[in-house]
Amino acid sequence: MAETRAGYFGAYGGRYVPETLMAPLESLTIAYDKVSRRRDFKQQLAALLNHYAGRPTPLYEAERLSDQLGGARIFLKREDLLHTGAHKLNNALGQALLARAMGKGRVIAETGAGQHGVATATAAALLGLECTVYMGEEDMRRQRPNVYRMELLGARVAGVDSGSRTLKDAINESLRDWVTNVSGTHYVLGSVLGPEPYPRMVRDFQKVIGEEARRQLKKQSRRADPDLAIACVGGGSNALGLFSAFIREPKVRLIGVEAGGAGEELGQHAARFKGGRLGVLHGTRTWLLQDEDGQIAATHSVSAGLDYPAIGPEHALMHEQGRVEYTAISDAEAVAAFHRLAETEGILPALESAHAVAEAIRRAPGLSSDRTVLVNLSGRGDKDLESVREYDAAHRAEGDGVGEAAE
Amino acid sequence: MSGLGGTSEIDRVFDSCRALRRAAFVPYVTAGDPDLETTLELIGALADGGADLIELGVPFSDPIADGPVNQRAAVRALASGTTLSGVLRMVSSARQRWSVPIVLFTYFNPILARGVAHFASQAAASGVDGVLTLDLPPEEASGEYIDALRANELATVFLVAPTSTRARIRRADELTRGFVYYVARTGVTGDRRELAPELLKQVKAVRRKVRHPLAVGFGISTPEHVAEVGSVADGVVVGSALVRLVEEHGRDAAGPVAEAVRRLSEPLRTARRGRRS
Repeated sequence: MAETRAGYFGAYGGRYVPETLMAPLESLTIAYDKVSRRRDFKQQLAALLNHYAGRPTPLYEAERLSDQLGGARIFLKREDLLHTGAHKLNNALGQALLARAMGKGRVIAETGAGQHGVATATAAALLGLECTVYMGEEDMRRQRPNVYRMELLGARVAGVDSGSRTLKDAINESLRDWVTNVSGTHYVLGSVLGPEPYPRMVRDFQKVIGEEARRQLKKQSRRADPDLAIACVGGGSNALGLFSAFIREPKVRLIGVEAGGAGEELGQHAARFKGGRLGVLHGTRTWLLQDEDGQIAATHSVSAGLDYPAIGPEHALMHEQGRVEYTAISDAEAVAAFHRLAETEGILPALESAHAVAEAIRRAPGLSSDRTVLVNLSGRGDKDLESVREYDAAHRAEGDGVGEAAE
Repeated sequence: MSGLGGTSEIDRVFDSCRALRRAAFVPYVTAGDPDLETTLELIGALADGGADLIELGVPFSDPIADGPVNQRAAVRALASGTTLSGVLRMVSSARQRWSVPIVLFTYFNPILARGVAHFASQAAASGVDGVLTLDLPPEEASGEYIDALRANELATVFLVAPTSTRARIRRADELTRGFVYYVARTGVTGDRRELAPELLKQVKAVRRKVRHPLAVGFGISTPEHVAEVGSVADGVVVGSALVRLVEEHGRDAAGPVAEAVRRLSEPLRTARRGRRS
């Protein structure tokens, strides 16, 4: 795909890590390139994805929502119906199998919304690996049920109380654990971030989303390809998973949706392509939200999974090339979309995915009814009930009418 | 700096320590912890206490290679408004009063945000002698970074770790100017009660493979550690043990830090030893 010189996507990517991790990353790269091509590995992973995780996930035409909007036909790729409730398991199973093939008995992971932590804890339980998940204490508060789920699955959840106590700090702590225990531990990074080989490895494990959706759409819509494909972008793994299938089809417009948060000021959002610039964080050179002095900025989003200051390096290249169009959806629009999908289709989307749904709601009315919009519904919203309830209560109290947008 | 300062200044330190048949003592503090005025005093305390070379940490919001002690120092430094420009101004005043060479210990993003070439010329003009960028391995340093630092005669210090392969050690040594920094254990910075087992053996083995002087850091926190590591290395770095004192004493840390540096560097002054070359 877009990988140019090894480990780079144009000017983005690379391996910006302390020396201690360099040789282990070289070994991981070699192991991944070798093991992932092996037929037995492919078969094992495919069997787990089909019989354990529940692939293929359905492609569902949201007719009531489409009718209400009066424009394009909207199709939802139902990654929310994957075991553990989000696309994250595709990658976690792949990397856990790889860890086992490399003879590592322990895996660690970071988590924001808790979905990647739950997916890794699940894969670790299934494959008999020891598991520690790092999670910011602010996110533990926002995603309490997922903390308990991870513990039930046998993982240790380590709270991180440094920095903003969110996803970024959980990655810092995961890297510190990894640098300390690198010989027996594999770090299951959850998005298309970090040093080579993670961005392409995670993308490859998520490609199944787009490959399936493309086949399903051809069958169900009787049209070749969608006019628009939309996905939310935190680190950006569900988006690359979906987009990969269409990247060479110039007629398919690809739209990545960042978290517009509560406002346009630095610190109020997580829209890297709106307020960010080139930098290096967590091992990769990419677009970052940062201050003038190169300190990483605070971010905000109602959805923990999008609340992160950097974007995957391949997205930075897609942005530069104009192949993917990036846009932002505010907290208010995302919560409104959450309600709307619940009420019109009986589906509670994850707040992350609600950003993609909101973008479809924004665009569909402007398109004719023979057009199709493919939305990646990357996760389910059960984890977000408390966040949505809090958000609505706070905004109803302020009387800004956001709650009404859902009606 | 034209011939004065920079790489040649660092070479001079290791040459004179070698002539005295002892390892160089290299204390570390985080710049701006708790504020830059205190750091300026601390540099004086380190110089007076017996530092041969000073490692000065540039605070960063996301210090992935640092343990809790240095993380907290970075938080305090950033809270007092420390910026890279402020650190360079402070170094400039320090160099007017003390001659001990200064190496910046930093993450890459603050350098990148300023522009690598711009950073290199400003750092050199401020009297910085070398730079160790923790998250910039040789692969990513080749090119703009190395060119800019060389052009300004700044030493380029690279890390070698227990996980480094022979090829990686060679590559780090090739790009190094000044000294190679050996990470004493796989892990983050921080004081430890015990040195890693096998450390002395590893240091000896790495030292045979590099042409540059080899300094050792990460987890060295007592005079006994300093004596042991100093018996096999060309330089001994003590960081978190001093940063802890700054945490404890805040703006009044200069006295306790000077005292600690005297105590920690003492073994290097008394124990002479046979050296290669």
